[in-house]
Amino acid sequence: MRRAVLFAAMLAVIGSLARASDLPPDKQRSSYQDMAPATRAMQDADTDNPAMLWVLDGEALWQTKAGNAGRACADCHGDAKQSMRGTAARHPAFDEKLNAPVNLEGRINICRTEQQQTAPLPYESKELLALSAYVALQSRGLPIESRDPRLEPAISAGRAEFMRRQGQLNLGCVHCHDQRFGEKLAGSTIPQGHPNGYPIYRLEWQTLGSLQRRLRNCLTGMRADNYPLGSPELVALETYLMRRARGMTVESPAVRP
Amino acid sequence: MARALINIPPKAKRGEIITIRTLISHHMETGFRYTTTGTQIPRDIITTFVATYNGEEIFRADLFPAIAANPFITFTTVATESGTIALSWSGDNGFAATEQVQITVE
Repeated sequence: MRRAVLFAAMLAVIGSLARASDLPPDKQRSSYQDMAPATRAMQDADTDNPAMLWVLDGEALWQTKAGNAGRACADCHGDAKQSMRGTAARHPAFDEKLNAPVNLEGRINICRTEQQQTAPLPYESKELLALSAYVALQSRGLPIESRDPRLEPAISAGRAEFMRRQGQLNLGCVHCHDQRFGEKLAGSTIPQGHPNGYPIYRLEWQTLGSLQRRLRNCLTGMRADNYPLGSPELVALETYLMRRARGMTVESPAVRP
Repeated sequence: MARALINIPPKAKRGEIITIRTLISHHMETGFRYTTTGTQIPRDIITTFVATYNGEEIFRADLFPAIAANPFITFTTVATESGTIALSWSGDNGFAATEQVQITVE
């Protein structure tokens, strides 16, 4: 009898270990599907989606000459509708010079410092959000890609971060977003935590925000030590989230409650 | 200049009820918040929205601090004749924005 109980307990442990594995692609669910009809309607119509206000700014910035080089994004990249198609769906991407993955915001800032020869834009500034929203819009409707083998070390680092218990609540991302999605946390449906709509217009923020802002939100909620915006840890986490969400449709710029 | 998104059907039948949807960028600072050092952040909101159809006022709204950032205002009107629908927002610190949209009524 005692042996049977022990065996059942061992099975339960193995079961919980198996549950800690990665989210299978057939279980992927965009939080769009859990939103209220009114919030979905906001995202669906471009004239109702407040994120499009940033896109308009981004479109203007794309054409604005900046820096010592006196060049605009458009001077090198031309029409963003063609040149930036799919860009957001494959970022963070591997940068050979830095020998590390670089997210979309980082890529824009590399262009600013190296090509335009001007100061990088601060994270969550109106300009950087506007440019990243404009670039991300060009990938809307495309599937998320995560193929580059050079990203694997960052993906494993990000995955370890995702699985790691941290903070005063002693939680890992995995405990909510892989194991308890669809359940409730203080009345809100727990999402799977996919990066498929960033930058998002979050109703709670009443403004547009990046994926890193959202990640830092979660870390604060877990009462964990936070990483600064743009830190390699957050980029690694982004890289893992893109791998976890591969194949999902980009919704950027999305609306979230 | 504040950005605005406006959705008005470019064409309508005479007598048809049309829906006008507007969204404008504005941070709608309530005036009730304080900075970390304790100074009050002054109120900065849009206070009035007016829509005119060929110069005639068809809709007016007063806005208050409880209204969220980037206010979305939608209303309906009857398409009576071709012309211009002008939308204007005004608010604290001299905020003013105007947008005009042409409509053809057949």
